Amino acid sequence: MKAGSNLEKVLEAGQFAVTAEIGPPQSANPEPLIHHAKMMRGSADAFNLTDNQTAVVRLSSIASAVIIMREGIEPVIQMTCRDRNRIALQSDLFGASALGVKNVLCLTGDHQIFGNEKGAKNVFDFDSISELQVFDALRREGKQLGGEVVKDPPRVYLGCAENPFATPYEWRATRLAKKVAAGADFCQTQAIFDMGMFEKWMDEVRARGLDKKIHILAGVIPMKSAGAARYMKNKVPGMIVPNDIVDRMKNAKDQKAEGIKLCIEQINHLKTVKGVHGVHIMAVAWEEMVPRIVEESGLMPRPSFK
Amino acid sequence: MIVAKRKPVGEIAEMAAPYKKVAVVGCRSCVAICLAGGEKEVKMLVSALKVKNKKEGRKQEFEGLVVERQCEKEWVKEVEETILGADLVLSMACSLGAQTIGDMYPEKLVFPGLNTSFFGVPEEQGVWTEKCVGCGNCIIHTTGGICPIARCAKSMLNGPCGGSSNGHCEVNLEIDCAWHAIHERLKLQKRLDLIEKVTPPKDWSTSHSGGRRVYTRDDARLTQHQKKGKEAVQ
Repeated sequence: MKAGSNLEKVLEAGQFAVTAEIGPPQSANPEPLIHHAKMMRGSADAFNLTDNQTAVVRLSSIASAVIIMREGIEPVIQMTCRDRNRIALQSDLFGASALGVKNVLCLTGDHQIFGNEKGAKNVFDFDSISELQVFDALRREGKQLGGEVVKDPPRVYLGCAENPFATPYEWRATRLAKKVAAGADFCQTQAIFDMGMFEKWMDEVRARGLDKKIHILAGVIPMKSAGAARYMKNKVPGMIVPNDIVDRMKNAKDQKAEGIKLCIEQINHLKTVKGVHGVHIMAVAWEEMVPRIVEESGLMPRPSFK
Repeated sequence: MIVAKRKPVGEIAEMAAPYKKVAVVGCRSCVAICLAGGEKEVKMLVSALKVKNKKEGRKQEFEGLVVERQCEKEWVKEVEETILGADLVLSMACSLGAQTIGDMYPEKLVFPGLNTSFFGVPEEQGVWTEKCVGCGNCIIHTTGGICPIARCAKSMLNGPCGGSSNGHCEVNLEIDCAWHAIHERLKLQKRLDLIEKVTPPKDWSTSHSGGRRVYTRDDARLTQHQKKGKEAVQ
């Protein structure tokens, strides 16, 4: 075991894993986190705490992780390279590990132009891949990038994201291979709507044997409305939402119910895709739906290792 | 070349308003090529400021002039008289030109008429694009001749990120994704293997992160004796 996290145990035991996302609040109030933690407890093996996602200022992911750990659920902290240089990233990794955080998702990070502090100076000292490489060397060799030997290195399970729907498509499996080489243990993908395209990517992933080296958790987003589908199709770069999904949402009498139904269908299909070792549910501002989605996808109860 | 953009006339007028005699000093180098601070632009700015003053009933004297390269002391020296006679020097060069005048005549006020923007290339008539940030350790031989530090919004060394969309950058869909372009270029050159391995983090100490950079080349410097000789000639 690299970190001994619950997520690691589930994946290493060959179980189909479930992770879900919690967006920290845009304030200093911990209550929304506590509320979500209580509501979602038991419905996933670990919960991602986003790191100022879309560059919107939020309660920090490490602080959020500590808050939800108090509620007895396991965090995956997201750590982007946008706001911290190598000094701060390595320091925060020590800090997070010291606080009991065991899962870390390495991301380059959304550009600040999308957020609410557009005048910010960004950092990008690392990108997600070099971040993985540095964190991996820290945990394995107890060695900082600058060469300093670390007596008590962080024990963390390292994750990455990958987007099979961003161009150039033919490079996306290679990019995953780079993340594997850099030390990633698991990968949570961008939300999948174009199943055919995802499966094509998975074919390449399997052809390279990457599915044997990294646990792939397929990303899904339950949609609340046809408007949400259209927004993701037209406004979110690197996201592909096929027309038939937009139409299906548009034609549904109860769009919310249809969104949940679609998400469950997607999960059930993803369970059958060879090399997919779990799902990552990103119910953005709709976290309360996660337990139901997991239950109705036949993924309850979650494995227990106590 | 250095690409710059003129500040709005209103902003320049406001900066210059308290000063009676204003020398507007352009430059015939980069900023002339990017149509920001050459001879023509100096003339245009002077007349725009005059028109504005006439309308607003403000009295100021403007003298427009252009030097060959404002970042070199020798060329600035040629217009020394005008600079010393002015209450304000409004530099229409890049910030390097403005700072050169300021460093040569520390008692004079030198204000910037341009916003110095980037190291770039005239792509086509009226279009300039950024292609270098002067990081001090060039790696473009490994990236198909395309600089990811300058041309990727996140300066990634292992791109493209997940926001690359139809070959465009998520930050500005009008702009090419640098890493998509690197991929296409290396594919064309059959050198994709160059980016298949993980590129470790960059050492930024050669960039501005390492502090202000000063280069000296001993073989190019003048000896004390040569310096004296040069001064005697001048």
